[in-house]
Order: sequence, then C-alpha cells, then structure tokens
Amino acid sequence: MPEQDPQTRARNFEEVALGYTEEMAVEEAARCLACKNKPCVRGCPVNIDIPAFIQLVAERRFREAAEVVAQANALAAVCGRVCPQEEQCEKYCVMARVNGPVAIGRLERFVADWARENVAHNGDRPQPAPDAQRVAVVGSGPAGLTCAGDLAARGYRVCVFEALHELGGVLRYGIPEFRLPRSILDAQIESIRRMGVEFYTNTVVGRTFTIQQLLESGFDAVFIGTGAGAPVFLNIPGEELNGVYAANEFLTRVNLMKAKDFPLEGTPLKRPRRCAVIGAGNTAMDAARTALRLGAEEVTIVYRRSREEMPARAEEVHHAEEEGVKFQLLTNPVEFLGDENGWLKKMRCIRMELGEPDESGRRRPHPVPGSEFEMEVDTAIIAVGQTPNPLIRQTTEGLAVEKWGGIVVDEQTGATSIPGVFAGGDVATGAATVITAMGAGRRSAIAIDEYLKSKRGAG
Amino acid sequence: MDSGLPEGSRGSGDWISGNGHVCRLEGLLSPSSYRFEILEKERLSESVVRMVIRAPLVAASARPGQFLLIRPQERSERIPLTISHADRARGTITIIFQEVGATTRELGALEEGQQVKDLVGPLGTPSDIRRFGTVACVGGGVGIAVMLPVARALKHAGNRVVGIIGARTKDLLILEREMREASDELIVMTDDGSYGSRGLVTEALAGLAERERVDHCYAIGPLPMMHAVCRLTREKGIPTTVSLDPVMVDGTGMCGGCRVTVGGEAKFTCVDGPEFDGHLVDWDTLRARKTIYREEERAALEARSGKA
Repeated sequence: MPEQDPQTRARNFEEVALGYTEEMAVEEAARCLACKNKPCVRGCPVNIDIPAFIQLVAERRFREAAEVVAQANALAAVCGRVCPQEEQCEKYCVMARVNGPVAIGRLERFVADWARENVAHNGDRPQPAPDAQRVAVVGSGPAGLTCAGDLAARGYRVCVFEALHELGGVLRYGIPEFRLPRSILDAQIESIRRMGVEFYTNTVVGRTFTIQQLLESGFDAVFIGTGAGAPVFLNIPGEELNGVYAANEFLTRVNLMKAKDFPLEGTPLKRPRRCAVIGAGNTAMDAARTALRLGAEEVTIVYRRSREEMPARAEEVHHAEEEGVKFQLLTNPVEFLGDENGWLKKMRCIRMELGEPDESGRRRPHPVPGSEFEMEVDTAIIAVGQTPNPLIRQTTEGLAVEKWGGIVVDEQTGATSIPGVFAGGDVATGAATVITAMGAGRRSAIAIDEYLKSKRGAG
Repeated sequence: MDSGLPEGSRGSGDWISGNGHVCRLEGLLSPSSYRFEILEKERLSESVVRMVIRAPLVAASARPGQFLLIRPQERSERIPLTISHADRARGTITIIFQEVGATTRELGALEEGQQVKDLVGPLGTPSDIRRFGTVACVGGGVGIAVMLPVARALKHAGNRVVGIIGARTKDLLILEREMREASDELIVMTDDGSYGSRGLVTEALAGLAERERVDHCYAIGPLPMMHAVCRLTREKGIPTTVSLDPVMVDGTGMCGGCRVTVGGEAKFTCVDGPEFDGHLVDWDTLRARKTIYREEERAALEARSGKA
C-alpha cells in the first residue's frame, strides 16, 4: 500500500498510509482463494464474511462488497486502519504460507473508503417506534458505538452518553489523525447517527447522573463501554515534574484539543525537544510519532524488555523507526531529575536483562546492578498502560468489579451483576484493541436484544 | 422566572442541604438541556464576572465544592470553574470567575442570551460537610466565590461560621453581603486598608484563634494565601481544608495533568479533590506545576488581543 515518504510525514499530521487504488484492490483481492471453511472469519472478532466481500472486490462490485462489510462492521473504515489484522483474520489466511496473507485489512479499508466517497446516503433516519424500548449506552468509543448501532438497527431507541465534548472515545482522544483522519471518524459516527442513535456529549455518567437514575428514568437496559481511560504512572521519584506527562494527557491535548494549532486553538502544549516515551505499546508509538510531528529533535522509546516483547503492532514499530524514532530497549527509568523550578531535565535509567518467563509468558526483566545512566530529556511521556476510570464503579451500587478495577461480566453476553446492565470493551477486559471492544459491544447488543425481548414477553 | 423545564423533571430540594430527591431524567434528556444559555451576567468588580447559566442536568446533581469544565467557544481550552450556586427548580448554575487568561476573557466576552459551547459537570468530590463546631472560612480574592457555598453548607450543618475575606483593595472585594449572610461573624481585610481592616487574612485568622477555639478551617484563594493559612493553622493545630485548581484537561481522571502530591502520594484533583487536607499538600510542587503553561498563556493573550 502506498505511504507518505517517512521524512516528509514525520513532520506532518496527514495520514501515513494512502490506501489502495481500485486497480491495486482488485489485484490483491484476486489472490484470495475463497476457502470454503473461511479460516479468516474465525480470526475476526465481529465475523465479517471476508471471502464474500473480497470476491466482490475482485469482480469490481465495490458497492456490494461495502454492504457485506457494513452488515458486520459499522466502523469498517476505522478497523481497516487500526485493527491488528496480522494477529486476527490475516493470521489464518492460507496464503500466509505461500507468499503472504491476503491484505484483508487494506481491502476492508478500501471498500469502506470507496463507499464513503461513492455511495450517497438517502438522508432519512429511521425513527424508532414510539413504544420502542430504550437503551442507554455509556461511552462513545468503539464498544459503545458498535453496541448502539446494532441496537438501533434492531429498532430500539438508543441514547449514547459521552463525557467529553466530542464523540469517539479513544478513537478521538487517543489515536492520532495520521493513523485515523478525523474526517473518516466523523463520517463513521455520522453513519451511526443516521441509524437513529441519539448522542449526548458533555455527560459524565457517575457525576451528571448515575446508572441507577438511568434505570429509574425509563431506560430498559444500559451498556457500559467507558474504556480504560485512567493513566498508569511509574511511581518513581520526580514524576510530578513539569514535562512529565501521561500519554493520555499528551495525546488528548494534541488529538482532542488540537494543541498543535495553539494559539489559534486555546489549549497549549510544551513542544518537546528531547523526548523519551516510556513503554512500547501502540499508545507509546502514537505518542512518539506525535512528538516527532510537533518538531522534537530526538524521540526515544524506552522499554524495559527487548524488541521481541514489544506489545505494539509490528507495522507501528516499523513506521516509528522509519520516521526516526530511536529505541532504547532493556532500559527502565528509575528517577526523573529536574531543575530548581520544577522542570524535567534528565531521566536516570537502569539497564535490564531478561530472566525466566513471568505469568504473561514473556521473559521477566531484571535490573543490572550498577548500570545506571542518565538521559538528557525535557519531555517524558509515560505510556505503560491504562486502567478503567473509577467513576462508574464508585457510583453504581451493586456493580461487581475485579480487584484491578474492571467490571465483572459474563464473557459471552457482557451481563454484569446488575440485571439489565451490560458492559464490554476495555472497562471489562483491561486495555485491549479497538476491534476486541467492538466485538464485545456487538455480543452485548445481541444479549440486550434477548434480555429486552424477554422483558417485553414478561411485561 | 419560568424555568421552562418539563413538568415532573424539575429538581427538588436544595443543593446546599442535599435534601429532596433528585429529579427524574426523562424530561431533561433532550437537546435543550444541552443549550447552555447565559441568563444573567453581572460584573462584581472590574475583572470578576458572575454568570447564571442554564444547565438543568448539572443543577440537579451539583453539591457545594464541585466544579464544572467550560469551553466558552469552539476553539477554547476547557477550564475548570467552581459552582457558586445551583438552582434546581430553575435549572441553573452560577459561576463567578476572574478574567485573567485568554479563556476566561473569552467567557467574559459572552453576553446574556448567548451560549457557552460546552459545559460539563458536576465534577469532583463534594465538600465533606460536618458539624465541626467553630469553622473559620477564609476566602481570598475570587476564591471567596468558591468559599461561599461551602460556608453556607457549613452553617446549614450547624457550625458557627466565622468568615474571613480579603482582597488587595476595596474595589476587588466580592460577595461581602452574601458571605455576611452565610457567616455568624464576618471579618473583612484589605491589603491597603481601603476597606475593613488593613492586613492579610492570615492576620485576622491568627487574631481569631487567639480569642476563641477554632475547630476547623477552610482556606480558598490564591496559592500563596492558602499556603500561608496552612502554615499558621498547622502551628495552631487547626485541621484545614483547601480547594485546589491546578492545570486540568478532561476533569474525569483521564489525563493525570492535575496530579498533586498530598501526603506523599499523587492525587488527581479532578476526582480525588478539589478539596484536600491543606497540611498534607506539597505546596512547592503545586506552585511549579501551576506555572507550566505561563509562557503559552502570555502568547495566547497576545494572539487574542492582536486579533481584536
């Protein structure tokens, strides 16, 4: 797939991957063997009929291909860009052993983009029946959007509540626009709005009102998809210094609040010059590549394990490296050092070595005694994970939660300990991927449909 | 004035006491509840503005000590402002703010009948209102607006409230009448002696503590004032609550930008606060963190005045 040149793109916020042309898509689609047992579909959390849509692409029937995808995935243009296909559908592609798997993700992106550009929607918005049962969806990220869209399609009256002033959750505040352009995200949300879903921004459930109040105010069921938005810090000395950010804050300032356009936009951000990003997941890569685009001279990923254990997608690591991000592996920060005015100046690190595998199966890193050294930095971005926001669990009586803060759910249905209340996505699983959250939103929509049908029957 | 709220969805009870059940949401869950119209605007001093804004969902659940995040216009920053008053029946909240930076000036430029772009709340943990006995409520500058609802709630809870309010000069003193009503006794201080007694609020507090037993102290105002009050009350053994306003983005515990060190632990002001035990706050760190965007704030002001 064509991409912007690394040198150029490292200084702009335009999308990195440029997408297939029609000819390229048709050619790639022709590689699909249309296996009868569809191994790829097994790898798809939302069960897109992959061989079917790819055959349609090969026959240049793009509109129909897009319809097949849209049936299973209301956010196909997003997933085609951010899904880790190499660990999902493409992993099971029989062509993988021949000359590489069929590029399913790129084809998904192609048909979704094609449909957005070439298919005019008729503009009518289905109105749920006046006596339709009502569902409240808390959070407008991937889980909430998917659940809301699926339920609206089944005729329910769905209201989505979002704490921030814009919709999309992590797709808006977390994922940078060079990976997911805002126009694509806006169009996807608009398509869900057209399905009849009502959206309310500026609403912090747990503060503005509670889950209990929703249940007492005419909502027959609630889906909680509030994600894992609370930052994890390292708890090492100096973390309070100016210049030390949680990745969430750094990315939110740039993505949601558009701080790169300060002072035209009101939200400021200190431009990083020498920047360390701690962690090696997708969020760390996003933060590092964003720091480069803000003009940083040097950006270094600092990670306590080795390359093999990095949780980020291979493609993201590759993109970051191409753009000039440096990697300081087997290294862990132990202290942030500042000047007398509280500004970050240096980061003291220690070298690590890998020992026996830990409970995650990855080799456990150990500090190498006496190997401390200092890095000169003015910005340090901590991207070592996120946990669920505590507001809902603190304000919802009777909601069972795990020790680490996640909501306890039935894995198949998302049912929580409260009848009529379902949950899914990162708030139940801990920080995972966009598509896993969407899969959970979809399964909960099916379960909520069944729950409401039985409620109707009983009523 | 008619609230325009649907029947049955009007909030009941009083936001200070928390009595009365909170309204049902049905009538309020409509786009009209999200049109944050400015119903009243009044200048309390040259740079301090009071606004009454329609926000029925927020008014229905707000409690003293909580705050809002407001984005006055499409391109504005989100800024935290304390809720000075909530009128549940009318569906309004009141904010009082000083025009100091670009965003507060953008807000102050809006007029009655206009809307703020975004408003979300109530955020933060409400004040922990108890019956302490005698409480000194020390408010400085625009912090008096934050102090007022807490003083009212403390008085309602049966405390003897001694208000101590201060400003640089007479023209900058706000809410004297309201604080007088909320207090059993009110002491007014100005730095230049143009009104009340000449001196700092800490001097008045020291005098009060000499003359009678003070069981608890609330201190809300500029950071140096709160820090000075805490030094004094620590010496005198008076437990003290402060309300902090560090840099903040989302206000829901997501960004960690508002972290402050309290008792050696990192706390998020937006969800763990904004009120903390003043004797445990690491004031030096807080002071440094508050200066993080000082240069940018200047640039933003210049950019905006350049346009005007």
